[in-house]
Amino acid sequence: MDYTIFMVMIGSSLVGCVSGALGSFAVLRKQSLLGDAISHAALPGIALAFLITMAKSPMIFMAGAMIAGWIGTMLVMAIVRHTVIKEDAALGMILSVFFGFGLVLLTLIQRLPTANKSGLTHYLFGSAATLLLEDVKAMCLMGVVTLAGLFLFWKEFKLFTFDKDYATALGFPVKRIELILTLLTVTAIVMGLQTVGVILMSAMIIAPAAAARQWTDRLWLMVVLSAVFGAVSGLSGALLSGFVAQLPTGPTIVLIMSAIVLISLLFAPNRGMIWEWFQRRQETKLLRQKLMEKHKS
Amino acid sequence: MTPPAVAVKDLTLAYRDTPVLWDIDITIPQGVLLAIVGPNGAGKTTLIKAILGLLKPAAGKVEILGKPYQQQIKKVGYVPQRGTVDWDFPTDALDVVLMGRYGHLGWFKRPGKKDYALALDALDRVGMADFASRQISQLSGGQQQRIFLARALVQDAQIYFMDEPFVGVDAATEKAIVTLLKELRKQGKTVIVVHHDLQTLKEYFDWALLLNVHQIAIGPVEEVITSDNLRKAYGGRSAFFVS
Ligand SMILES: Nc1ncnc2c1ncn2[C@@H]1O[C@H](COP(=O)(O)OP(=O)(O)O)[C@@H](O)[C@H]1O
Ligand SMILES: [Mg+2]
Repeated sequence: MDYTIFMVMIGSSLVGCVSGALGSFAVLRKQSLLGDAISHAALPGIALAFLITMAKSPMIFMAGAMIAGWIGTMLVMAIVRHTVIKEDAALGMILSVFFGFGLVLLTLIQRLPTANKSGLTHYLFGSAATLLLEDVKAMCLMGVVTLAGLFLFWKEFKLFTFDKDYATALGFPVKRIELILTLLTVTAIVMGLQTVGVILMSAMIIAPAAAARQWTDRLWLMVVLSAVFGAVSGLSGALLSGFVAQLPTGPTIVLIMSAIVLISLLFAPNRGMIWEWFQRRQETKLLRQKLMEKHKS
Repeated sequence: MTPPAVAVKDLTLAYRDTPVLWDIDITIPQGVLLAIVGPNGAGKTTLIKAILGLLKPAAGKVEILGKPYQQQIKKVGYVPQRGTVDWDFPTDALDVVLMGRYGHLGWFKRPGKKDYALALDALDRVGMADFASRQISQLSGGQQQRIFLARALVQDAQIYFMDEPFVGVDAATEKAIVTLLKELRKQGKTVIVVHHDLQTLKEYFDWALLLNVHQIAIGPVEEVITSDNLRKAYGGRSAFFVS
């Protein structure tokens, strides 16, 4: 098989898998904006990493993205804790300030007279075709660490997500648990930036999990399904964008993901809209029958 | 001499500038069934949360069986208000009850055979044995409340705090809870319950704490529930409750 295609397949399915798994907890904590804030906040980190090192190395970019994404998240937490500003407003603020700053830096970099600046704009919408062996190696490492963390802290994350006060009363250090969960989420997001791009990466966190929730009432199954949905859309989107149509990878992946979400919202048993509509119709019918029988007797 | 179950000394707590608890000073002996009573917004939930270390008081200290809460965590069971969690969380009744064991397990460890046995037993005690594998969103309010009680039971504690367990439950659940409370007391446990209904106070509890930001009275129910005290707690509104 073509070496490039192979790298793209591994990289993009890994991104979908890890972000899908971690995204389940973001969705259950109703923190859909957190992924958005982290990924957008990563942009200035990538730009600064380039400006400081003048090297076009995805590893260095990831490090920059990680630091900036982490600083952004910590700022959100600090704002919520020490001011009257609510979490969604704080997330929105950090998101736009960091992203705006990142765009300014990108524009500056475009004006620099260096030759190797073109790769940076890929981070806006993602480009799976640019994945190299060293990138995929780094992504594998991050993915393994993230999934291992999820497995290790499974019980703690579940308890914390379901009932934070109870977790505290049981003596669990919830602040530390929240920090670890956030750190893993940041890692999952940073891992996918090169493939999916900062603008749409949050969809990879939210969409697979939202779709998976439709099909199951068990947490572990939701996480597994979400990882599978993420991997499938990551893989097919990356292949489609890179080798069939010349499209940016992020939007292509997200379009496929959206189709999965739509199908799940409509057709999933129990929670799907069509299922609900059908249930309601059946119930009305039964009720009507009962009433008729009553009238007759 | 045995230490009191709960000792709160000069506790004051405020949300920003608004004091919610003012100079609370109470001693709850072991083995009583105590109701915390007071109007909405009196600070009942806040008091429980302060005792459990969920909220930081501006002043004062709390002791459980003579030591700070952090050293007595395993001796305390907690039933939060039912409405504080999202019941659409993807899990079943048994799994929620198992959470009561997590404190005993420590980091990384998963519940084992013994924990499952305890959880099933607790479900049985609250009359929910047949609902172990039921998705929690498919439970009625009363059933959800019983799940929360079962979760606290498997903590195997000495002192239980329950926040409004009787609110929004059916008559059968109310009976089941009362039976459970009496059972716990028979085992020598201390149970502290936020309660709303002054009518059933004497029937269900032996001690009461009347609270409205300030502590108004604490002691055996008959001594606490006087028309004078009630007027202090509720203003004129409650006069008709007292016969
Ligand atoms: N997180 C909070 N921030 C600000 N004020 C609060 C918060 N929680 C409760 N309060 C206020 O504290 C007071 C006591 O609340 P609470 O302890 O819940 O009362 P109770 O449980 O007796 O009904 C109320 O006036 C309430 O509005
Ligand atoms: Mg309350």
